[in-house]
Amino acid sequence: MSADTILSFEEAMEKYDPVLGFEVHVELNTKTKMFSSAPNVFGDDPNTNVNEVDLGLPGVLPVVNKAAVESSIKIGLALNCKIAESCRFARKNYFYPDTPKNFQTSQYDEPIAYDGYLDIELEDGTVFRVEIERAHMEEDAGKLTHMGGAAGRIQGADYSLVDYNRAGVPLVEIVTKPIEGAGSRAPELAKAYVAAIREIVKNLGVSDARMERGNVRCDANVSLRPHGQERFGIRSETKNVNSLRAVEHAVRFEIQRHAAVLDSGQPVIQETRHWHEDTRTTTSGRAKSDADDYRYFPEPDLVPVVASREWVEELRATLPEPPAERRKRLKEAWGYSDLEFRDVVNAGVMDSIEETVAAGASASAARKWWMGEIVGRAKTADVDPAELGVSPQTIVELNGLVEEGKINNKMASQVLDGVLAGEGTPAEIVEKRGLAVVSDDGPLLEAIDAALAAQPDVAEKIRGGKVQAIGAIVGGVMKATRGQADAGRVRELILEKLGVEG
Amino acid sequence: MTDTNELIRLSAADLAAKLSAGDVTSVEVTQAYLDRIAAVDGQVNAFLHVNAEEALAVAAEVDAIRAAGGAAAEELHELAGVPIAVKDLIVTIGQPTTAGSKILEGWHSPYDATVIKKLRAAKMPILGKTNLDEFAMGSSTEHSAYGPTRNPWDLERIPGGSGGGSAAAVAAFEAPLALGTDTGGSIRQPGAVTGTVGVKPTYGAVSRYGAIAMASSLDQIGPVSRTVLDSALLQEVIGGHDPQDSTSLTDPFDNLVAAARTGNVEGMKIGIIKELHGEGYQAGVENRFNESLELLKDAGAEIVEVSCPNFKYALGAYYLIMPSEVSSNLAKFDGVRFGLRVLPKEGPMTIERVMGATRAAGFGDEVKRRIILGTYALSAGYYDAYYGSAQKVRTLIQRDFDAAFAQADVLISPTAPTTAFKLGEKLNDPLAMYLNDVATIPANMAGVPGLSLPGGLADEDGLPVGIQLLAPAREDARLYRVGAVLESLLEEKWGGPLLDRAPELQAPALDAANTVGGSN
Repeated sequence: MSADTILSFEEAMEKYDPVLGFEVHVELNTKTKMFSSAPNVFGDDPNTNVNEVDLGLPGVLPVVNKAAVESSIKIGLALNCKIAESCRFARKNYFYPDTPKNFQTSQYDEPIAYDGYLDIELEDGTVFRVEIERAHMEEDAGKLTHMGGAAGRIQGADYSLVDYNRAGVPLVEIVTKPIEGAGSRAPELAKAYVAAIREIVKNLGVSDARMERGNVRCDANVSLRPHGQERFGIRSETKNVNSLRAVEHAVRFEIQRHAAVLDSGQPVIQETRHWHEDTRTTTSGRAKSDADDYRYFPEPDLVPVVASREWVEELRATLPEPPAERRKRLKEAWGYSDLEFRDVVNAGVMDSIEETVAAGASASAARKWWMGEIVGRAKTADVDPAELGVSPQTIVELNGLVEEGKINNKMASQVLDGVLAGEGTPAEIVEKRGLAVVSDDGPLLEAIDAALAAQPDVAEKIRGGKVQAIGAIVGGVMKATRGQADAGRVRELILEKLGVEG
Repeated sequence: MTDTNELIRLSAADLAAKLSAGDVTSVEVTQAYLDRIAAVDGQVNAFLHVNAEEALAVAAEVDAIRAAGGAAAEELHELAGVPIAVKDLIVTIGQPTTAGSKILEGWHSPYDATVIKKLRAAKMPILGKTNLDEFAMGSSTEHSAYGPTRNPWDLERIPGGSGGGSAAAVAAFEAPLALGTDTGGSIRQPGAVTGTVGVKPTYGAVSRYGAIAMASSLDQIGPVSRTVLDSALLQEVIGGHDPQDSTSLTDPFDNLVAAARTGNVEGMKIGIIKELHGEGYQAGVENRFNESLELLKDAGAEIVEVSCPNFKYALGAYYLIMPSEVSSNLAKFDGVRFGLRVLPKEGPMTIERVMGATRAAGFGDEVKRRIILGTYALSAGYYDAYYGSAQKVRTLIQRDFDAAFAQADVLISPTAPTTAFKLGEKLNDPLAMYLNDVATIPANMAGVPGLSLPGGLADEDGLPVGIQLLAPAREDARLYRVGAVLESLLEEKWGGPLLDRAPELQAPALDAANTVGGSN
């Protein structure tokens, strides 16, 4: 297969205006499948989570999974969609062995959710509104593994293995309206959009949202048109782009490829494209024309799904706060800078900080503990910070001990180690390890005198107003007291002794 | 012990009474039917599979429970120990299910249809699986891949279809009861031409789970029997809500037997459907139909005439909706997971070509005809004109029924326009074959219940004529109420059941017991 010619992204952007569109498939994490009572579990031995319905045996009938409908309505609401009062399933007819019935039960002209939008915040804070055309329910297909051929394709394979465990897993397909005006930020927007969908379904608890397992799968549509032209260009659809980075790269590549095609005076072919992570390119898949005829008709084995307004409102009331709004609210409440907040989010400790603040710590103290002490330890232990074993209560207690001056920061760090080693509560560890700060000024004054005597030149500098030199004396005192002194108190006493205003 | 020839002619209700009274055992009854099957099914070909061993085991179990007495005996279902035959479109564990097609030859279902679970719960011995037009597509059972079933009234004639096997089995005293399925008349039309009773319940009254789908929005499982009461008894066994069938109704249908037992038409309005008699109906059929009207009038019913002007479009609309659903429902028969697999004789071995070769070899002409028709009707650009228009007609037919039932409690018509025709007579003329269902199709299109019962013999050919009763959806009890009255009036007139007039089937010289009974 000859490599496609591409234009540089910058040149493509100079000449053309990209229009995007996404179809994101979300696998729901319901206990059972969309239309059968077989378990919906990932990773089990092939063809173990199937019953006669999933295998499409003669005589079987589907039954709609109510939990899947609930999840679909929640997704629709989170995407600001209208929820259909009544909607039907339809059969999408095509012969392919991953679909046991040789039709997929899906929704066609009556999606459960429609006409929504999602505001996507790009990294620099720009907000871009993506219009949602529809979100509809359907069933996943089985998984085919083609053996003996090239590149794992069915063409040229000796035989194919099929695992129907995935057949019938509930899916919600979220389809955007054409996204115009993204310009050179199109690849970035693509990534941010899919990330936002993933975050929303995870936050709703309706999907495990693990892209590496195919819980969230993206088909990316790209077309280009000359600047100023209203009519859309011919699009390509890059299938199964299954990581956030890949979404960004695939959109970027397709823009560059389309630009080169258009520059050569050729029309873009309407087709599906396959994404190749290794080369970060796409290759031609199946020609997709409007002649594809799935002979949709209403599924006669199912009655319409009726979503009463009361039910929809009940579900709306259970929706968690949207992730983007929550982030905005917390950042304001905590008073973190943009950078601080981004670090907290990237470190994955936003939830933990929220809990710690709720347990009684200040926002700054919570951040200090999580970012300064726990994230590093978690990295060493190769676990998520929240899974390290430090409860918000522990942090509140530790922080209280420091603020009361009972221990200093250095000791606190040791106490934390003690907590993680299972030695008890912070107070117990302070007691057991004898870590109390020396708060009697007597021994401190002796140590200060000794330190000043040992470094007379430094003492002179301080007296002369160079207060910043005090660190050397404080350090001497801390060394002499083996770190058990309260550094703040030591500083005060030194300044007092030398008659200098801090 | 009753004489076996007498035993097999008893109604299911009478058999149940004798079993309950201890006059006869279920093993005796079941064996009598198995013997009858062995004796006559070589000529009738009603059975595709005989389930002798399991049937006798269930019978013995019932007998043991009865003999032991006590609570377990008390709890036995009224029909416990009464044998039954099952149309081979309904899946059963332990027996093959073929749907009358080569594509499923030798296939055994790993699960039971809901109606089969109910038969097992009632401990009714299942005698075997009955013949049918392939995937229930036909009106003569000639489209079975396993040879036609013959009409016990005249072995040169068709037993109707698609459920000719079930109707013929009951008519030939090879079973007291049978299950059928009715998509456009497949229970009622065979009932009409074999002099038996057949009921298509309200759509959703009986679970379809495990009935191999032909046209999902039209299919309905129902009872086949020799008396109206027997059908009522059987519908109460198999009916009721099934969570595995989303289209099944939650209404209780528990008043059917009572309705059949207390039949009474005094003061009822019975509507003749203007469009479903007269032109196109055989004279002998019209005569018997008019005779039934007179009897009902004498019994106190008021006969009114209603018009259902859109019924004339029913056949056309049916032959768009049904094949459309067929084209999709039968897509799963592709040789990949179960049933026949045929490899292409030459050329590349691709999945498409294996599927194609399998379907080409496994499906018969009528099935292919309907798949092609339906595929076309659903195609982009044709959908609105064909499937869409047909759905509109369906709504109009429902409205015709609504209007008719505003004027009458029950509607009445001949079940089929003619008596049984000769084997082969219409095999090469699909449109003529389709016309057999002109009177039965409207009920399927509207989901309303219909019952066919014997109305006597046509003067010109001495063959059975069927009378069809139709009631509003969920009012199946009305069919049994009126049906039981008409049945008793007619039997009074005939001096006994119509089937008493059927010619005796002679056992062939060869001992068929080994060939039929041994096929298990």
